Amino acid sequence: MSTTTQQKRPPRNSRSSQEFVAKTPTGTAGLDEITKGGIPTGRNTLVCGGAGSAKTLFAMKYLLCGALQYNEPGLCVTFEENPEELAQNLASLGYDIAALVKKKMLLIDHVEIARHEFEETGEYDLSGLFVRMEHAIRSIGAKRVALDTIEVLFSGLPNEAIVRSELRRLFRWLKSQGVTTMITAETGRGTLTRHGLEEYVADCVILLDHRVTEQLSTRRLRVVKYRGSAHGTNEFPFLLDESGLSVVPITSVGLAHQARTERVSSGVEGLDLMTGGKGFFCNSSILISGTAGTGKSSFAAHFASAGCRRGERCLYFAFEESPSQIQRNMQSVGLNLEPWIRKGLLRILSSRPTSTGLEGHLARIHRDVEEFKPSIVVVDPITNLISAGDSTAVKSMLTRLIDYLKMENITALFTNLTVKGMVEETSIGISSLMDTWIVLREMEVFLRDVSGDAPERQRAIHILKSRGMSHSRKMEPFEITDDGIHMLKLRSSSDGRNAKAGTARVRRWAR
Amino acid sequence: MKKKTTGRSQSSKSRAPAKRQAGTKNRKSDHAADVEWELRLYVAGNTPSSIAAFSNLKQICETHMGGRYRIEIIDLLRSPQLAGGDQIIAIPTLVRRLPIPIKKIIGDLSNTERVLIGLDLKPARK
Repeated sequence: MSTTTQQKRPPRNSRSSQEFVAKTPTGTAGLDEITKGGIPTGRNTLVCGGAGSAKTLFAMKYLLCGALQYNEPGLCVTFEENPEELAQNLASLGYDIAALVKKKMLLIDHVEIARHEFEETGEYDLSGLFVRMEHAIRSIGAKRVALDTIEVLFSGLPNEAIVRSELRRLFRWLKSQGVTTMITAETGRGTLTRHGLEEYVADCVILLDHRVTEQLSTRRLRVVKYRGSAHGTNEFPFLLDESGLSVVPITSVGLAHQARTERVSSGVEGLDLMTGGKGFFCNSSILISGTAGTGKSSFAAHFASAGCRRGERCLYFAFEESPSQIQRNMQSVGLNLEPWIRKGLLRILSSRPTSTGLEGHLARIHRDVEEFKPSIVVVDPITNLISAGDSTAVKSMLTRLIDYLKMENITALFTNLTVKGMVEETSIGISSLMDTWIVLREMEVFLRDVSGDAPERQRAIHILKSRGMSHSRKMEPFEITDDGIHMLKLRSSSDGRNAKAGTARVRRWAR
Repeated sequence: MKKKTTGRSQSSKSRAPAKRQAGTKNRKSDHAADVEWELRLYVAGNTPSSIAAFSNLKQICETHMGGRYRIEIIDLLRSPQLAGGDQIIAIPTLVRRLPIPIKKIIGDLSNTERVLIGLDLKPARK
């Protein structure tokens, strides 16, 4: 669980002029932000989702949060998994259930219902369940209750009408017990829950979703309703991995960030010269697009390295290469990243774009940024994320990400692989989100004055736009040599000896 | 709640669970030969359905089990901790402890035929 500023919540039960509903934090990073404090205290909250949508974990996280952070004992009435299984599952996330049970901060009551054991003969009610729960709540002084998954009652007991009326009674009763309850339920076809529980548990409904689009799964969460409180209504991606659950509350942060006037070096002398000798604006977003092999990653690495040299932290998300491959390749252009990694200034995180859906990636980026607190973020390349989602989703998510990074005062550099001939059309139309857009090109050049040589490709850089600064409009040829990136025209003549076949090209481009 | 039970039954309402179990054991050994049925009726207070269940059960036992049965009544309002053991959710619930396998019958036992099926005294109709 990332410890972040967003977890510094207002104290429990605090009532501001806007919020009259007292709230109980759920312990799921991000969710409490969306719900402005948590689920309603003393009421029932329904968490619904399909199979494998992490409902149980969600409910357990809620109880554990109470037990560990707020000194509120929790009762888990589990209808599906037995206590041993639950404890095992949560042990994998680093929770010691047995210890909490021993301290009476947690009680797991397994209610087993097997339909074949029952014969139904006339009138009955579910007082037995009430009695059990009341006894359990009293025995540990529970403040939080989770019912997982109470819908089992419908399949376990033959008379649905009785189950319905008894559940209605149960939910009312729970409210009268002064406990805050989380109830999990399966999503039905066309309805929020298979058995229409949302009719009875109406104070707060959270929908968990696990969608697979083009073989990539993405988990999403949405607060469907929340009586008496404002809440974020969007679908938010959430992560479930070895560090638990976290929701990414990248709401539409909007355009409220403070524009900074400080500039940061791009790490390439020539590129700094092209932007008036100063480089990019702090907390701006920079896009470097170009066809394959034009040196996008080299520019990105130079930028990152320059940041580290200034003592800034830099987070590098690589979607094509492993950290060691990046290090090796950058070594070949005279960039040694190893000292920065060792000093903890540079962190390279590699993953395959197909490892999760787009939202999953962006959620991860969000979480890692919060954890590492960098001042520079590099995403190399962003193109691969695009392949993980459809274009509207990509655009809205990128907008959120860029807004978020700006709010956090982070200078972000994205690289983008383009198809030849479409260099100036970024495939997802993200260029409007970018403050600076740099295009790298490669063109065939016939070097007539070098006898017998085959045509070579010449790289050139071009600033298509850069908001708020005067910049070169020229297309500058450049070379990537074993000691870095050199603008052939902008470089001082003395260090030209490393460039291969330099003079001919300089002359040609100068014409 | 009626305290008396019939046959070689016993009331456990006011006893502690440990004591009650010990009592059961003694009884069992005393009447090992003739006690064939060991039944538990879970109730929660003096509700109409509990009273109905008890009287229906008494009648069924008298008719179909002769004297070879024992009924234990457990009032969950008095001993809520006992609800977990037999996984009691519905009230009233009749649990057939013996002969094994354990059987559960929920409801006020007003449908005699279903009770007999549930207790394996009558084969279930296809």
